[in-house]
Amino acid sequence: MDKQKKRFWERMGIGQLIIPLTALALLLLFNLIRDPGFFEIVVNINNSGNPVLGGNLISVINSASELAIIAMGMTLVTAATGGQDISVGAVGAISASVFIKTLIGMGEVTGWTLIVAVLACIATAIAFMMFNGTLVSVFKIQPMIATLILYSCGRSIAYWITGSATPQVNSPIITAIGMTIPGIPVPTPVFMVILVGLILALIFRVTNTTLYTQSVGINQGAARLNGIHPTAVKMLSFGLLGLCVAVASIIATCRMSQVSHKTLLVDIEMDAILAVAIGGNSLGGGKFRMSGSVLGAYIITMLTVTLLAMGINSVNIKAYKAVVIIVIVAAGSPVIKNRIAALRNRRSVSEHSAVKGGAAS
Amino acid sequence: MENIRDEAPRLFYDTTEGAARMQNDVVLTMRGISKLFPGTRALDNVDFTLRRGEIHALMGENGAGKSTLIKVLTGVYGKDAGSIHIEGIEGEAPIHSPQDAQNAGISTVYQEITLCPNLTVAENMFIGRTDGAIVNWKDCEKKATAILESLNIPARAKQELSSCSLAVQQMVAIGRAVDMNCKVLVLDEPTSSLDEQEVSMLFKLMRDLKSRGVGIVFVTHFLEQVYEVSDRITVLRNGKLVGEYPVAELPQLELVAKMMGKDLNDLEGLEKADRHTSAATETVYEAEGLSSTARRPFDFRIRRGEVNGFTGLLGSGRSESVRAIFGADRITGGKVRVRGKAVKITNPHEAMKHGIGYLPEDRKRDGIIADLSVRDNIILALQVMRGFFRPMKRSEMEAFADEYIKELNIKTASQNTPVGSLSGGNQQKVILARWLLTHPDYLILDEPTRGIDVGTKLEIQRLVLKLAEENMSVTFISSEIEEMLRTCSRLIVMRDGNTVGELTGDELTQAHVMETIAGGGVQHG
Ligand SMILES: Nc1ncnc2c1ncn2[C@@H]1O[C@H](COP(=O)(O)OP(=O)(O)OP(=O)(O)O)[C@@H](O)[C@H]1O
Ligand SMILES: [Mg+2]
Repeated sequence: MDKQKKRFWERMGIGQLIIPLTALALLLLFNLIRDPGFFEIVVNINNSGNPVLGGNLISVINSASELAIIAMGMTLVTAATGGQDISVGAVGAISASVFIKTLIGMGEVTGWTLIVAVLACIATAIAFMMFNGTLVSVFKIQPMIATLILYSCGRSIAYWITGSATPQVNSPIITAIGMTIPGIPVPTPVFMVILVGLILALIFRVTNTTLYTQSVGINQGAARLNGIHPTAVKMLSFGLLGLCVAVASIIATCRMSQVSHKTLLVDIEMDAILAVAIGGNSLGGGKFRMSGSVLGAYIITMLTVTLLAMGINSVNIKAYKAVVIIVIVAAGSPVIKNRIAALRNRRSVSEHSAVKGGAAS
Repeated sequence: MENIRDEAPRLFYDTTEGAARMQNDVVLTMRGISKLFPGTRALDNVDFTLRRGEIHALMGENGAGKSTLIKVLTGVYGKDAGSIHIEGIEGEAPIHSPQDAQNAGISTVYQEITLCPNLTVAENMFIGRTDGAIVNWKDCEKKATAILESLNIPARAKQELSSCSLAVQQMVAIGRAVDMNCKVLVLDEPTSSLDEQEVSMLFKLMRDLKSRGVGIVFVTHFLEQVYEVSDRITVLRNGKLVGEYPVAELPQLELVAKMMGKDLNDLEGLEKADRHTSAATETVYEAEGLSSTARRPFDFRIRRGEVNGFTGLLGSGRSESVRAIFGADRITGGKVRVRGKAVKITNPHEAMKHGIGYLPEDRKRDGIIADLSVRDNIILALQVMRGFFRPMKRSEMEAFADEYIKELNIKTASQNTPVGSLSGGNQQKVILARWLLTHPDYLILDEPTRGIDVGTKLEIQRLVLKLAEENMSVTFISSEIEEMLRTCSRLIVMRDGNTVGELTGDELTQAHVMETIAGGGVQHG
């Protein structure tokens, strides 16, 4: 029975997700005990008279969207290069600026101008990520160092593009992307997460991205001797991260109907890296599980919303968050895992010999 | 399994060991050791006894549990049951980490080299062993040079380790271990990458240490070596103890039978086997003046269905030659023709597209993708050849993996097991499976039998001959000359990075090969 249960867990591939899932469950439980009202989902009527869902849970799921999307891309870069991109927020500010300038430049927002602006935004983000990718894979610079360049100057580039402090765009299409589509009570960013997830899932299905990325991340030399081009694989991971960053920056822009180069997606790089780690992925690269990172993103956001709901001020929140995250990451560390496995083995060995001894006597 | 235990009762413990205890010359006793891994019982109630000044061979098939027993002894793995006693230490030996083991007088050279390739030889020999934080590297270099000289290790103290051949690295690891004042020296397959001369050098060293009273645990798959140096043999099979025997009382064939649990009926069979000489005349691969950053220009050709090999001392450029053929190192010049057509091969991917496969010498560094499953490791090369946009179906992968796990008898808990947790020999089989699965026209095997047990070694040699019969061309490299003589119909002899001779037909004798290596052969380019 025990064995069957284990098989089931293994087959579902849940092993790696046990810790983030437990963390999420504990967070939910904590809130349930603290204040059952936390789970209330209300139906509000918005300015344009449409019903929209509200409440803490909805706000968690909604506001985690950008983080979840970037965490997906960050997972790939981490797996392929064994390092992290810390310029995602800054590159997001650049691509958001391109997005909004293109929109404004074309006058009134229509479906067509939106498509042009989205494509321009994606192309920009991918181009800047390719710059990072080149530094990392061709010039063999550590990812953190390589991406430090855009991390520090990206927001200035965004400022040059926007020209003024905060360009604005007002259109029902933009609010539909950033808030809700009339008639659909669930916030649109939630669907964007699903869309990006599906696109990546499709890419993984029709290509060997997973196998190649993992091979390069685990043993680059051996991967090369098996005909894989490590440079191309790393570039691909940065390219996909660029796509994720572009989508996240569009969501962030549409939420506010404006781009502020200073605050758009600010500090998201650290949360994205944490999401990858909480999801049980090694920051040293190699094997990865994208659903873990997405789960990590929701855990981080849930934690923030919980702390806010408890009335803790935003300065202290970071400290509380840090403590909880240390616990989650430590629980998933190999040291703790090995300890637990050793304990389990010792018990089963003594059971084994007890049975043997019994049979002999 | 049990009946073998009965057949070979542990008489030794009952009689002699009692006496030995009284003479107090037992340095190490392991009793009832068990170790579990997910899906495998790697060790099941194993006993092991080591006496002062003896060389004790630990024998068993791939995956029998030899390395695991050693890692339990040295604190790499915790044990799940059993006890370890060391002479001079009251009660159970407090070994929880390799550091503890070292303090207790146990020095170890593990199966997979665990040095740091980008440090110098001296740094590797002294890192982690200096007293304070401040290290006098000048002093260390001097000491290292002295050790290297006394052991005849062909390396300089200041040289970066990665610039040494695998064999020299292995010897540096041994140098690091023996330098510490040890009671017990553990050598897990130390000779698998050494040539004959180096082996005898190592044996001299082992005998020397033995006469100083060091107890040596020696793991190897070379039976002759066991009979040459050891005093006693402990045999494991499937994680269980088969028995402990004085060498004189266990003839070679019986040892093999105990290891495999059945008779190896034709150990000699292959010697007489018809060496396959290909009748085809079509040249599959041809290189003219091929050179790489690691190899001076050379000419080379192989016909369809031919088995040839590069031989020579370690560091003579054998591996560098085949790496150049496969495009593994940066190519600096030369003309290459595959099946008569001029082609450019500058990286492994291009070589694979032209139907060439390459099993590298160093499986840990160049072969396995340790964290990936056995299945992914087996299908990797084939998948890459099919292309990035044509992923295999899961069911197809499973079928391939199953086929080769059976065919090569790979010992693994399941297809999903990470390949890094397999025993050394079984990892080697996985890499071999990977290349067999691609069905290349031309397969390069650099030390394919390294770390592989006796039975399987013969199977692999047979397999190579069978593949040649099915028209595959094979280039075979092995440190064991007999193995090459058994399989190859043409040998290219190398010395100091140059081709110094080519032997065919009647010239293919051990004496002739040795002579050519030593410098008696015809001088080619
Ligand atoms: N870290 C590990 N995790 C899981 N299983 C392991 C691990 N190490 C060893 N095993 C399993 O334990 C068994 C014994 O392995 P071990 O390495 O001791 O064999 P061995 O006798 O040294 O073989 P070889 O001659 O091939 O080196 C094998 O079945 C192997 O798959
Ligand atoms: Mg081993």
